[in-house]
Amino acid sequence: MSKKTILSGNHAAAYAVKLSRPDVISAYPITPQTSVIEKLSEFVENGELNARFIRVESEHSAMSAVLGAASVGARVYTATSSQGLLYMYEVCWWAAGARLPIVMGIITRAIAPPWSIWTDHNDILTLRDSGWIIMFAQDVQEVFDLTVQAFKIAEETSLPVAVGWDAFVVSHTVEPLEILSQEHVDRFLPKKKIGGHMLNFDDPFSLGNLTYPDDYMEFRYDIWKTQREALDIISNIYEEYSEISGRAYGGLLEDNMCDDADIILFMMGAASGDAIEAARLLREKGLKVGVCRLRVIRPFPAEEIAKKSERVKMIGVFDRDVSMGYSGVLATDIKSALKEYGVDVPVAEYIGGLGGRDLRVKDFLEIFEDMDKMARKGVKFSRKWIGLKEKYIGGAP
Amino acid sequence: MGEIMVRVYAPIARPTIGSVGKTGIWRSVKPVVNYDKCINCYLCWMYCPEGCINIIDDMVRIDYDYCKGCGICSNVCPVKAIEMVREE
Amino acid sequence: MSGIFKTFPYQEYILKGNAACPGCGATLILRYVLKALGHRTILVIPACCTSVIAGPYPKTAFGVPVLHIAFAASAAAASGIVEAVEQIGMRDVNVVVWAGDGGTVDIGLQALSGAAERNHNMVYICYDNEAYMNTGIQRSGATPYGAWTTTTPTGNKNVKKDLPMIMRAHNIPYIATLNPAFPNDIYSKVKKAKEIRGFKYFHALSPCPPGWRYDSSLTVEIARMAVLTGMWILYEQEYGDFRLTGPSRNLLEKRKRKPIVEYLKLQGRFRHLNDEDIDRIQRLVDDKWEEIKELLESNKINKK
Repeated sequence: MSKKTILSGNHAAAYAVKLSRPDVISAYPITPQTSVIEKLSEFVENGELNARFIRVESEHSAMSAVLGAASVGARVYTATSSQGLLYMYEVCWWAAGARLPIVMGIITRAIAPPWSIWTDHNDILTLRDSGWIIMFAQDVQEVFDLTVQAFKIAEETSLPVAVGWDAFVVSHTVEPLEILSQEHVDRFLPKKKIGGHMLNFDDPFSLGNLTYPDDYMEFRYDIWKTQREALDIISNIYEEYSEISGRAYGGLLEDNMCDDADIILFMMGAASGDAIEAARLLREKGLKVGVCRLRVIRPFPAEEIAKKSERVKMIGVFDRDVSMGYSGVLATDIKSALKEYGVDVPVAEYIGGLGGRDLRVKDFLEIFEDMDKMARKGVKFSRKWIGLKEKYIGGAP
Repeated sequence: MGEIMVRVYAPIARPTIGSVGKTGIWRSVKPVVNYDKCINCYLCWMYCPEGCINIIDDMVRIDYDYCKGCGICSNVCPVKAIEMVREE
Repeated sequence: MSGIFKTFPYQEYILKGNAACPGCGATLILRYVLKALGHRTILVIPACCTSVIAGPYPKTAFGVPVLHIAFAASAAAASGIVEAVEQIGMRDVNVVVWAGDGGTVDIGLQALSGAAERNHNMVYICYDNEAYMNTGIQRSGATPYGAWTTTTPTGNKNVKKDLPMIMRAHNIPYIATLNPAFPNDIYSKVKKAKEIRGFKYFHALSPCPPGWRYDSSLTVEIARMAVLTGMWILYEQEYGDFRLTGPSRNLLEKRKRKPIVEYLKLQGRFRHLNDEDIDRIQRLVDDKWEEIKELLESNKINKK
């Protein structure tokens, strides 16, 4: 029987991992990931979870350890944030290039300097080009659901999968959720990882030899191709899971009042909740707005985004991240998707919420009203930072 | 269920003799065994980094396809039965 | 076949026709190690000479499974393999890190120290050719005093980092030094370690013809001279019990050790040394032997 309970986002992840029957877990503590691995250690030490927990001495070693374990066929998990993710970055590319299924939780946290433990999305987006599949949760329930699904997606694509959720807003906030029973999860996920290449003694191969220019590119192509195929694989797994759990989110994108919207805001993460609330308030006033929440960032659901944008007067993108020297990462990818599918719609880019800067319903009301104004004036494009304090603009105080 | 749904092309290499070709062509000198002097101690076999000295019918036989001509066998032979000879 | 094959298996796990330089000390040592461990061995190889010696895709020169891994990560990746292998029920598996001095003493030190502290059931072998040979002979933390390298063209000014001694502070069950001139010593030590549960550390001297500047035929001779001059000390420590092995057992007295110049003169990387340098190096060797003497003394006392 699945159980209704209340948990923080981090604990929800820990329960999801426990139910997914990993063989090896390895992690290094970093705020705000710590309660994930503390809970997992508890499960291992009290016998609830039959797995090895390797308490490594750095994040670089955490990813290396799970990579090694995956190479002999173990099901593995790790989690980190911000600086930790950047420290293990080289090995993350190794994991994708070696085509090893690994699941990693990223509790998104701003990058230093200056030191910040609060949320923004720049850390997880550094994985964008690496070959990792990237999914992002909005709330505690979705953290649980995406984490369980991540193991299956990883094993069916032979690619590592990152599940992201916002620091503190989701990781440490306790919300009601339903956790599946072990029987449910076992029906969905085979008990042991099977298939794929694993080091063995009958066919003693080497993984990762020096490769000349004549041979290297095909390996990269295969990752790229698998990621494109993964759009369907992920959608299918989402459907399979929703049959078992009774919960559906709508697929790669979560549609909130977008069907008949004149204005749609694209975004990801916990702040979507405030945006959706703002959209509801504006609907009552007669403004036809909607929020389309990205749940999968890689592979990038370009076609789905273009389709959503076809019949609207204006789209906006809210990035809780920025690619220095240009614009928000989501905005940049979304604009190219529109071009690819020939959708000529005005775009309003918004950057904000960095370093955990609070985002409230009020901010999204202003964003929608700004977009509405733009649409009426026929403005085709804008890029704005939300919530900047004016006294600091322009350099040193 | 739980199978790999995609055909994975991963960087996997398999054990092969001559992985960089017939390394015998690297040589400028080659070891020649004087079987009159050889006492079958097999120290040359022991110290060959390439593992290209075979023992066939108790006799040491150098695999000239792969011998790189390093000269260690000649250096360690206790009775100086191996001479390094310039390649033609 | 002679009795030698009763102890030393005939089978080769390193296939001939590989990319190793002629006379490569590292390949010779690995050849002995794999003969001692057998085919149920998983090698973890970080960036180093051996990762290139392995050969280009789709061919490899090794007859055992190999995980190639990033430079700093070998001990951590091996930790993951060891725990996974036990957890998923693979029996009788040797997990072995085979790393150069760069990937052990410098960039790999953190992961090595962590893996040793956690006492995973694995073997870690550092083959020490005393510089970053794979990238073209740049100095490492294991480069000895006075040696020429491309980044110390007038001779290394620092003293070699003594890694096996650092490992002694890690409370692991087995530590040993190895030398390719003494294959029986290598074979028996590796075989012994195979039976011990916990973290086993080996540090092997790996003479390198292009890096040390000598004719490739002298690899074994130079390795032997390293021991006979006392420059390289053969020892093992088993559960805290420290003892010298091989010819090193008889070299506690200075007069029994050959003068260090016998070792230095064989290698072009020491050609530029003057008498003062050679004296300094001699003193470093003698001081190390004093340390060894004290170690053996305290070992005896602790046993009482």
